[in-house]
Amino acid sequence: MTRFNWFNTTTLTLGFAFLYLPIILLMIYSFNESRLVTVWAGFSTRWYQSVFFNESFMNAAWVTLRVGFLSASIATVFGTMAALVLNRAGPFTGKTLFTGMIYAPMVMPEVITGLSLLLLFVSLDFTRGFWTVTLAHITFSMCYAAVVVSARLATFEKDLEEAALDLGCTRFSAFMQVTLPIIFPAILAAWLLAFTLSLDDLVIASFASGPGATTLPMKIYSQVRIGVSPEINALSSILIAVVAIGVVTASLVTKQAQLKRMKEERLATNAS
Amino acid sequence: MTVADITSPTDETSKASGTKADWGRTLLIAIPYIWLLIFFLAPFVIVFKISLSDVVIARPPYFPTFDLSEGWQGFLAMLQAFDLENYVWLTEDTLYLNSYLSSLKIASISTLLTLCIGYPIAYSMAKAPQEWRATLLMLVILPFWTSFLIRVYAWIGILKKEGFLNYFLLWTGIIDEPLTILNTDTAIYIGIVYSYLPFMVLPLYAVLEKLDTSLLEAATDLGCSPLKSFWVITLPLSLPGIWAGCFLVFIPALGEFVIPDILGGSSTIMIGKTLWVEFFSNRDWPVASAVAILLLFLLILPIVLFQKQQEKQMEVSR
Amino acid sequence: METSVLTQPVCKFAPWDNPAQKPLVRFENVTKKFGDFTAIENLTLNIYEREFFALLGPSGCGKTTMMRMLAGFEYPTTGNIALANTNLQKAPPHKRPVNMMFQSYALFPHMSVEQNIAFGLKQEKTSKAEIKQRVEEMLSLVQLEPFAKRKPHQLSGGQKQRVALARSLAKKPKLLLLDEPLGALDKKLREQTQFELMNIQEQLGLTFVIVTHDQEEAMTVASRIAVMDHGKIVQVATPAEIYEYPNSRYSADFIGDVNIIEGKIDVTTGETASLNWAEGETPLKVSTKQRPNHGTTCWLAVRPEKLRISKEKPENADNCIKGEVWDIGYTGNISTYHVKASNGSILKAQVSNREHLADRPITWEDTVYIHWEKGAGVFLEN
Repeated sequence: MTRFNWFNTTTLTLGFAFLYLPIILLMIYSFNESRLVTVWAGFSTRWYQSVFFNESFMNAAWVTLRVGFLSASIATVFGTMAALVLNRAGPFTGKTLFTGMIYAPMVMPEVITGLSLLLLFVSLDFTRGFWTVTLAHITFSMCYAAVVVSARLATFEKDLEEAALDLGCTRFSAFMQVTLPIIFPAILAAWLLAFTLSLDDLVIASFASGPGATTLPMKIYSQVRIGVSPEINALSSILIAVVAIGVVTASLVTKQAQLKRMKEERLATNAS
Repeated sequence: MTVADITSPTDETSKASGTKADWGRTLLIAIPYIWLLIFFLAPFVIVFKISLSDVVIARPPYFPTFDLSEGWQGFLAMLQAFDLENYVWLTEDTLYLNSYLSSLKIASISTLLTLCIGYPIAYSMAKAPQEWRATLLMLVILPFWTSFLIRVYAWIGILKKEGFLNYFLLWTGIIDEPLTILNTDTAIYIGIVYSYLPFMVLPLYAVLEKLDTSLLEAATDLGCSPLKSFWVITLPLSLPGIWAGCFLVFIPALGEFVIPDILGGSSTIMIGKTLWVEFFSNRDWPVASAVAILLLFLLILPIVLFQKQQEKQMEVSR
Repeated sequence: METSVLTQPVCKFAPWDNPAQKPLVRFENVTKKFGDFTAIENLTLNIYEREFFALLGPSGCGKTTMMRMLAGFEYPTTGNIALANTNLQKAPPHKRPVNMMFQSYALFPHMSVEQNIAFGLKQEKTSKAEIKQRVEEMLSLVQLEPFAKRKPHQLSGGQKQRVALARSLAKKPKLLLLDEPLGALDKKLREQTQFELMNIQEQLGLTFVIVTHDQEEAMTVASRIAVMDHGKIVQVATPAEIYEYPNSRYSADFIGDVNIIEGKIDVTTGETASLNWAEGETPLKVSTKQRPNHGTTCWLAVRPEKLRISKEKPENADNCIKGEVWDIGYTGNISTYHVKASNGSILKAQVSNREHLADRPITWEDTVYIHWEKGAGVFLEN
């Protein structure tokens, strides 16, 4: 059994301190009484209260959640379709272009994606706002969703689909009854990823949005440019806490299920 | 491997099972395809078109615009009005060239820094006890899920003149006067390293974790010191991970906007920021488009190299 | 699990010898190409009802492709496959009265044993009561009643194998395909399961086609075996025929252990050919109905257990080769003597170990005589 040696311990401590200290400091100081962010003046939750009573924050949060929910859901559907096309549809004319378009948005600088989408919306004479942000978010997050689902499909045993066909399923019903339930965790992960991407996005939303559809990151950005404010600290802490709790819970649940499964497998082999 | 694996049987099956399955397949391909054509590819064509246009004070602020009602004649007239003026302008004004060069410089240096910091972390993770690895991996991935903007913002409170870092350094007595870090290139380096560290650690960890420890034992057995065996075994075998990590950091760093905007000073120019300013402040859409097209060209080389490297990896692992 | 008593029918089951019998499956000049690669080349084959038919060959010989064409996952490039006198043409898998048991078992991990077995019936819109009854039948057939509610990952390898079998039998297919069905089991369990498979096949009166690379498995379970090589069938015959009368070096070598001696025909008298195999040695005699010409190259195949070995020169032996004991392989029940002949070739002779180890008279470097009757060898022209 390998053990931690002093080198590994030091490196990991320093590395994770670097990764987490800024966030932890931010969260601690969100409870600071003083408006001066770096001077501790006692514990207080007043900034949290003022976040909740700040109507423009709440409006932005509501817009962001709606955009996130809608775009993540549609992006997951499209992304799953795209993943099926990549893994299951066989060759067709223009597949290279298709594959390229799936991977390109992930390496594309956000400023370019944002700018190009804005110019499209202007050309088509779309009124910029809630719907254009949603369209933009669907487009880039469907690619991430496609990659997540595609990774799962790549390791999916084709035998299972063939067994379903052999037992009387059409391709569609084989997908619905066998493939979909089995890859569902990956689809859920894809949705979560798409949702957080939408929640976090500043640059593309700034280009694609218009008056009346300010998302939370846009709101935070406009405040941040003025300087550090305890309200933003509080708001950031809430966002981080929500995401962190969600992700940690999800991974713990998966881990538990895995452990249970391994235990049952061991029992089954020992019994025979 | 059996011969059945050589080609995918599914395409034949779907071809065979009649028109209904055919339609299903066509629809499956068409929906995401058309979506991406409209919302991903078409916008680039438009960006390219506008980069050849002239700026006017109107909305949309460029000329010529294409009016479908004018038909083919209108299209030809539009083509004639195109010119490379904006690109010429980019070469004449040193701001743009400097932005490109400084983006390249900042992206390269911060990629190297990220490698130097990320490698030991990935190495230590791979050497950690088995039961710890999943947790450590989660801790590396977790920041990726939280808002990029907030993580960058968190550094303002640390780096500014009256921030935590100066406070700490003054308290320990290392410095006598507060340092100016915020709004300098150093702050940008810190921001990039911090934001993209997971991108470096993950591919490195993936490679290092798979590394067969018996190779190192064999090297030691044949007379290598631990340091030497790291140098001749571990490092060369982790090269694919190094390449992947470097590209994953370098490519987004090159077009970065948020970090230079929030942590950098007015003297630091990066191409992403220049584009943003051109667009939102100067409202010069044609020039912004030309900047975008050139940034795209700048990115093609690293992306193609990355692609090549990934393909090579795939072949090796096969 | 109790081992069931074997009840072999007394009358001979050999529909392939009866020209009036219609085959259940008919491959007619089937060729399958994957791009430039020819997986199956102009193959014609009949499989009869109630047969347990084995496709045997090394990996890449095309046996899996044959099975996948029967299941409908692949279609012939040219030629026809007919099932019960209907041409399968391009019928998709779900429209064929054929089911398959997968090598990986392909049990649906999100469904219980019951649900897995019921899956095929559910697709046919069978009534609930009928499904229930059928599932119970299947569970009792494979003796898995107590495990009905379990998920696949809660089963041992042998149990999974039986669920896969039950699932593929639930729809009462006209033809059951088994792709290396026992490949994932350990040796002991595999032997036991082979007999179970044979019992079930007989009990249900179904036609089974099994793909395997394991010659012992094919010999045990099959009524007939097709030995395949590079997309072609080398020989189709009963296990005993293939073992005793292989038609080529390939099938002689693929099934069981064999000594193959190359030579040129000296003379053919009556039904005996004699073969010059080495300079200065007596020609070897072998029974054959063919009349090969003098000087043609051909081979004599003889199984190691048919060779006798002695220290004294035997009298009246049809064939006798003098050699030196080069090596002895001891596997408990038998010893295999590797004997080097005058031309340097090694012959293997197997002897049952009836006596204790210490009593055996032959040892390394002894000069010995290997001898056998002319009927014990097989004359091969290719």
